[in-house]
Amino acid sequence: MARPGRRLLLADAVSTCPPGRHGEARAEVLALDGVDVWLSGRKVLSEVSFAIRAGEFTGVIGSNGAGKTTMFRVVLGLEAASSGQVLLDGESASHRSRRSIGYVPQKVVLEPDLPLRARDLVGLGLDAHKLGVPWPSRARRDAVDEMLAGVGATSLADARVGTLSGGELQRVLIAHALMSGPRLLILDEPLANLDIRSGQEIVELLAGLAHGHNVAVLMAAHDINPLLEVMDRVVYLAGGRAASGTVGEVVRPDVLSRLYGHPVSVLDVEGRILVIAGSNIQAVGTLEDDLGEHRH
Amino acid sequence: MFSSFMVNTWLAATTVAAIAGVVGFFVVLRGASFVAHAVPKSAFAGAAGASLLGISTLGGLGAFSLLGALTIGWLGRRGRHDVATALSIVVMLGLGALFLSWSAEYASEIYALLFGQVLGVSGSEVLVTVVLGAVSLLAVATLYRPLLLSSATPELAATRGLRSSRVELAFLLLVALVTTTAVPVVGALLMFSLMIGPAGAAQALSRRPATAICLSTAIALCTVWLSIAASYLSNWPIGFFVGTLAGLAYVAARLAAAALRRRAVSVERLGAAGR
Repeated sequence: MARPGRRLLLADAVSTCPPGRHGEARAEVLALDGVDVWLSGRKVLSEVSFAIRAGEFTGVIGSNGAGKTTMFRVVLGLEAASSGQVLLDGESASHRSRRSIGYVPQKVVLEPDLPLRARDLVGLGLDAHKLGVPWPSRARRDAVDEMLAGVGATSLADARVGTLSGGELQRVLIAHALMSGPRLLILDEPLANLDIRSGQEIVELLAGLAHGHNVAVLMAAHDINPLLEVMDRVVYLAGGRAASGTVGEVVRPDVLSRLYGHPVSVLDVEGRILVIAGSNIQAVGTLEDDLGEHRH
Repeated sequence: MFSSFMVNTWLAATTVAAIAGVVGFFVVLRGASFVAHAVPKSAFAGAAGASLLGISTLGGLGAFSLLGALTIGWLGRRGRHDVATALSIVVMLGLGALFLSWSAEYASEIYALLFGQVLGVSGSEVLVTVVLGAVSLLAVATLYRPLLLSSATPELAATRGLRSSRVELAFLLLVALVTTTAVPVVGALLMFSLMIGPAGAAQALSRRPATAICLSTAIALCTVWLSIAASYLSNWPIGFFVGTLAGLAYVAARLAAAALRRRAVSVERLGAAGR
């Protein structure tokens, strides 16, 4: 699908980075080191540390108000950390390096009669920060078409963005975020308000980006289950604190009880995980059974 | 109607309609109609104050447009935007009324400030209008992409390093500039209808931003041209025609868009039935 002399974002990523999961040699794309955030006199995040690598799918799990969005805003530089630091590609994040992060916010309100087609919005992902009028060019159009095809949104190209359904809009927003060729893609609750099937399709699309195209995907969700099959790493947020690692390392009664500051049980029900308050529940084959000692 | 006396009128009105159509696109896109209402009211107060002091009307008008826009931006960031805008309108109208009561201006001058004086524009006024209009268009062309994304979805723009407060400030300055250009010609009240009606109509008709801007400009031009002609022939105030035509254009566009949608749906159904 690649023609020479053209900027092909998805294709480039494939050709330069061989696909494959859990490549140990991969560099850290994003690292948080002891990040504290205070918002209007309240400590929202406390000592948050974790790192994610290229080609990894990381789920940020936490209930509403756990600090997921705040953490993303700190990574994006829209909120300041009171202590600790954010590293992008091993260097302290700057205004410039942050511009290369692809971001899909949770709440994107689009009026139905907005005079903007899906292809216009995707095109703005390429150069919205530039001054001057964008002259229509073959290369620009091809890049947009290719990106829309990459996220399975070709048929939506000429629809008004305000008339798209939730799942359709997520695809277009992901395409918008990918246009600048980011190595890190952050999504804030993309599954909220999606039906189960659209949600699963979005998860598969994102997993393909991470594992097939070497993008580091960092995605917030309040339910861990839709991500279980594709997630390489989890960052669990509760009470402003974070625990990170593989699902097996983090989603355990002892780790989560410490995180919540309250005893919790982790139930495994036919491959689905339930986190429930209280320690006296008879766990039906907890995850601990098939895991070694956790590192934290 | 096309005598040398009227040439200036046509030139000035055409310039004003063109920039109102272009900038109006962004006003409607941002849902900032109320701001486009408030800034010309500041211009009115400024012009009234300037004539009281015996200084350049255009200077007073420009200064107050700028002041009004900056106040709305500053207050709007700290509280509810619509409340800040509404209070700006009220304060500015009050100031305008005070300045007018102190000055010994003729009623016709006040009337002109509010409703415009499209007939009898001087050559130097036309030159100022055309220069300011060109500057406005250049500013829109420069800011096109950031303004488009930030107006459609401030959330996405913020992640691209486009702070919505800065884009908002640039937009308010643009509205102040356009107001300064247009109010001496079409008046503080008509400026508003010329920015909203054509742009609203265009956005109902086209889903492409560039096409919608062109349509908006075309509708604004037709509105103004028809209004001048109708006003010249009937001797009715031009304001009546501009306001009515802008409103009619919007209603007609909504009806046409709805009809087109219905047709598209029925064609789709026919196609589905044929398969």
